[in-house]
Amino acid sequence: MSKTVTIEPVTRIEGHAKITIQLDDNGKVADSRFHVTEFRGFEKFCVGRSFWEMPGITARICGICPVSHLLASSKAGDMILGVRTPAPAVALRRLMNYGQLVQSHALSFFLLSGPDLILGMDADPSQRNIAGLIAADPDLARAGIGLRAFGQKLIRSLGDRSVHPSWAVPGGVRKSLPTEQRDELLKQLPAMYATVDNALDLMKDILDRFSAEIDAYGEFPSLFMGLVAADGGLEHYDGKLRVIDSDGKVLEDSAAPESYQQLIAEAEQNWSYLKFPYYKPLGPEAGMYRVGPLARLNVCDFAGTPKADRELRQFRHYGGQGKPVTGSFYYHYARLIEILFSLERIEELLADEILIDHHIRSQAGVNQNVGIGVSEAPRGTLFHHYRVDDNGILEAVNLIIATGQNNLAMNKTVKQLAERFISGSKLDQGLLNRVEHGIRVYDPCLSCSTHEAGRMPMQIKLISAKGELLDEIERS
Amino acid sequence: MPVITLTINDELVSARSGQSILEACRDHDIQLPTLCYLDGLSARGGCRLCLVDVAGSPRLLPACTTEALENMVVTTHNEKIDRYRRMILELTFAERNHTCAVCVSNENCELQSLAAELGMDHVRYDYLNPELNLDTSHERYGVDHNRCLLCLRCVRVCDEVEGAHTWDVMGRGVESRVITDLNRPWGDSESCTDCGKCVEVCPTGALFDKGSSVAEMKKEASFLRRILDGREKRQWQR
Repeated sequence: MSKTVTIEPVTRIEGHAKITIQLDDNGKVADSRFHVTEFRGFEKFCVGRSFWEMPGITARICGICPVSHLLASSKAGDMILGVRTPAPAVALRRLMNYGQLVQSHALSFFLLSGPDLILGMDADPSQRNIAGLIAADPDLARAGIGLRAFGQKLIRSLGDRSVHPSWAVPGGVRKSLPTEQRDELLKQLPAMYATVDNALDLMKDILDRFSAEIDAYGEFPSLFMGLVAADGGLEHYDGKLRVIDSDGKVLEDSAAPESYQQLIAEAEQNWSYLKFPYYKPLGPEAGMYRVGPLARLNVCDFAGTPKADRELRQFRHYGGQGKPVTGSFYYHYARLIEILFSLERIEELLADEILIDHHIRSQAGVNQNVGIGVSEAPRGTLFHHYRVDDNGILEAVNLIIATGQNNLAMNKTVKQLAERFISGSKLDQGLLNRVEHGIRVYDPCLSCSTHEAGRMPMQIKLISAKGELLDEIERS
Repeated sequence: MPVITLTINDELVSARSGQSILEACRDHDIQLPTLCYLDGLSARGGCRLCLVDVAGSPRLLPACTTEALENMVVTTHNEKIDRYRRMILELTFAERNHTCAVCVSNENCELQSLAAELGMDHVRYDYLNPELNLDTSHERYGVDHNRCLLCLRCVRVCDEVEGAHTWDVMGRGVESRVITDLNRPWGDSESCTDCGKCVEVCPTGALFDKGSSVAEMKKEASFLRRILDGREKRQWQR
């Protein structure tokens, strides 16, 4: 029954993905795979460089979430220095991270997934894009772009540029927030809250409209992992790792992020460059876990800000009594709640006098040979693990990226969608788009980096039990 | 000092006897690109960017090491010279691994500025992509051979101004490397005085303050003229 699909590895093809679906003798889905065919190589070519450079280098991994790498890398650097990072620097880093969550989540909801959610999965493909969304609902599209622009502006106010800022460094940050820019950001906040409120209303309509098919977009039990604050609140910068199962039972609590290797192992498959991390104690099958907005809202006890907490209580109704929300379609909803939370935290931080403290960078040399930096990227928990020699030259680099940790779940989602929507031997655009959306709910970095209004280059092959190619749809 | 007269770009100009063509040009605000030349250090004619056309010479000559002579006719810019300069820059970029985006000297780099100034928009030669190391053994400074263009300002300033002669060159041609103390790690150097002059005169991010992040190095080579005037003329002016 099994058939090996050969993939020619092509380097630097960020955003390229392939899905293969195998049918059995009865025309039913036997297997499906989501292949990531890109290779970046940062873990290899950073060896030999200095850890001081790593925030700047690793920020280049992604144009959408450079801040996540910047922060995880700086935190790994903090550990190598072995000194206390000044509290004002930590507050500023948190601020930038919230700016990043706002802009990245706004991009995902309004620009990448918006066309599907608002225009419909079966809408004319020539209209089902950001241009079509602007034509159909210009106010919504404009507000979404404005929300993203706000996040980008916050990042730029601190780091001088919104894409690939080299601002956080081992030991702290390079620059404070100028007062006039702080005031400008504060002035914009009310309009941003209004945009999120509208989007949350819209989200509830979407949940109603999609109610018949929501359970096909990755509704299955899995573990969830994320950072939580010391008090159990929603956390994106620091805190401890928590892992829960689909019944809400806590498997790991207060796990030091530095001990991630005891929690996570990485499996590999020869048909994808993306590794398959799993929760080590349960093995590669039962150890499948999800990260990102959905996981974070599932693992935390509460959000910690009034508006987000109110919304979180509604969100939890979709999981049932004491149980986490297990449908990946709810990633969209979780993203909006996180935007709301981030705006509230931004408001708090901008009013905090700590931001004007001038001591923002600690100086030291190499005091530890290992540095592990962990933070919550928009897409999930991000790990940077470095080993350096006494001069700070990197000897080993391990990066565990959020998108990778959702790999098992993304594959399972694709299979669930294929089983639900494929019958016989014919594919149509509606299926293609639903499968694509099954990936897009996770907002993987693949689609972020195409810059083609969320249209991921994708190839779907329908292969019979005899290995014959029955049908193929390609979108480039 | 006797004064001579020569023609530069169809203009009659005067210069002091013994001056180089480059010095004569700069005295008359005629801009010539340079990388290895630095006011205060001996000229070596290494980077070849200041090549000029001298009437009667069968080949282009480096302005920094060619003496300005009476009645000389010099052309500093024409289509051929500009093309050669761009080629030299492209070869410099192709020789090592100059990755501006993540360089400590991004936006403050003489090589990068010249590439922009001379309109170098791409490199037509195959990159050599050599495997070169980073030495951060010194307590305060680091050297990244990937970004070194062998201008040897570090070697000259260490020898001629500081008097330590910590820096030197090993190897030949494309294999050449700047080294400290007969190729020992910089941190093990016994001759280095930790003065940092080499770092300040380095035109790229090859020499840098340890701990610098992207675009954080801002170098100021003009200190050299100030301390030399102090030493030679007993004049200290900022």
